[in-house]
Amino acid sequence: MMLVVFAFVLWVFGWWLNVRLANGPVADTKVVQLAVPVIFGVTVLLVWELLVRGLQVPLVILPTPSMIAARFAVSTSILWADFLQTFIKGALSGYVIGGVAAFLMAIAVDRSDFLRRGLLPVGNFVAALPIVGTAPILVMWFGFDWHSKAAVVVVMVFFPVLVNTVAGLRETSTMQRDLMETYAASYWQGLFKLRLPAAMPFVFNGLKIATTLALVGAIVAEFFGSPTVGMGFRISTSVGQLALDMVWAEIVVAALAGSVFYGVVALIERAVTFWHPSQRG
Amino acid sequence: MRSLSAVLTVVAVIVSFWYAACIPMNIKGVLTEAERAGAVVVPEGARERRDLGTFGLVMGNQFAIPATWAQERPRLPAPHQVVVELWQTTVMKKITSKRSLVHHAWVTLSATLLGFAIGTGLGVLLAVGIVHSKVMDMSVMPWAIVSQTIPIIALAPMIIVVLYSIGVQGIIPKAVISAYLSFFPVVVGMVKGLRSPDAMQLDLLRTYHASRAQGFWKLRLPASMPYLFASLKIGIAASLVGAIVGELPTGAVAGLGARLLAGSYYGQTVQIWSALFAAAILAGCLVGVLGLIERVMLKRMGMAR
Repeated sequence: MMLVVFAFVLWVFGWWLNVRLANGPVADTKVVQLAVPVIFGVTVLLVWELLVRGLQVPLVILPTPSMIAARFAVSTSILWADFLQTFIKGALSGYVIGGVAAFLMAIAVDRSDFLRRGLLPVGNFVAALPIVGTAPILVMWFGFDWHSKAAVVVVMVFFPVLVNTVAGLRETSTMQRDLMETYAASYWQGLFKLRLPAAMPFVFNGLKIATTLALVGAIVAEFFGSPTVGMGFRISTSVGQLALDMVWAEIVVAALAGSVFYGVVALIERAVTFWHPSQRG
Repeated sequence: MRSLSAVLTVVAVIVSFWYAACIPMNIKGVLTEAERAGAVVVPEGARERRDLGTFGLVMGNQFAIPATWAQERPRLPAPHQVVVELWQTTVMKKITSKRSLVHHAWVTLSATLLGFAIGTGLGVLLAVGIVHSKVMDMSVMPWAIVSQTIPIIALAPMIIVVLYSIGVQGIIPKAVISAYLSFFPVVVGMVKGLRSPDAMQLDLLRTYHASRAQGFWKLRLPASMPYLFASLKIGIAASLVGAIVGELPTGAVAGLGARLLAGSYYGQTVQIWSALFAAAILAGCLVGVLGLIERVMLKRMGMAR
């Protein structure tokens, strides 16, 4: 009971601290803007720990953050192997293949107005569909190893990147294109010097959406069959054994991988589209 | 009108490509069956054919091409096989039947809609809180944004099992997954929408001596509608994926995800494809209905583009 009271006090204290920080005179500095969400996150974790212990929730059902951290520290080698299998082999290779294929396809489609008119609605429609559902089919075709996961990722990544790139290639104004024409620029010169750079913010928008999809595809595809390694495999078997601390550790890995992946793509975007108003803040 | 013909052309190209792809995908299985039935196949014996390229096999055994579109368990079923299966399992079966796809689609749809309603409701509430409280904005919003970059669907199997072990089962666990998948997109979109009125409009309301509540109901909420609908469409698609994935880990007996899983266990490819198309049609309908509501609503609010 003490622990529950303590958790409540801690929550109030954390909230009070954040209120002071957020409404204080230094609220707009970088440090405070980083500190407030961190304080919130840490408070949530501590309250979780205290409540689980204080209310005597069975640890099998809801492990505490400290147990998860301990499990994480103990099984780094397993987690690393799973990370390599699912993220590097499955998600990343599929992401690259799907992204490049969609990019090339978009450039090809862009040459024909008729194709673009036809493909854009179809692509938009397909991008909204539950494409993870193709996982059992692709697992059947490409076997249990990472190839089938990469294939699922390719299909999932393809349409968002395609639709965004096609939209981006239309971004230039008539005036700008006319200017290129007065310079007697060929199609390829116009593409490389004007339209592709102008399309980059859109392309990266698609690529950023695709980072999450790639991980989702790789993990869910492993629910349909996988070798005895991989994040999705570990999650589904550990759930079966009620080793939920392992599941949480795997989710931490997935969260880290997902946000780092997104962050890297966002950094590349910043380097490529440094001229765009949204990047010059 | 021109767009329609272009779309139809693209669809026709995809379908014909699909038919063409069936030939090399299924040729080996067809030839094995044909040989067992007594036909002359070049070269003879499944082992000789195993290492040959599929293209050469097709050229050498052109009689077998029609059969690649009519196998019982093909590696890649032809479009018409999927359509026939869809027709038979939706229109021809009674809805109450366990083999009716309508029944399975309803199981998944009900979880999706329940979860979507919960997720959207909570998401809008949190967004209102974030817009009105600087503390909530600074503490919660970064986490909501980060959550968009991580595959939170990985939590699905655990939620199912944990809720099952404390005695909750049936529609609720799947709805919980659907709810949290639609929750975060709605929060992020709704916050953006509630902040979309510019300083000029807010100042105008201040000159009218409008209270905060009036400002919310008369300006912020109406202005947020386009953003809300954009994220609702993302949210409902995510909800459907959540409900389908939620059916996988426990080996559920009903629902589109269960059909996918059963099909992949027993090699019933036609069943997998028809479940997949049912899910696609369902997603298309849900997004379409939301788009329709959006159009009518924005038109009546005078915001139609």
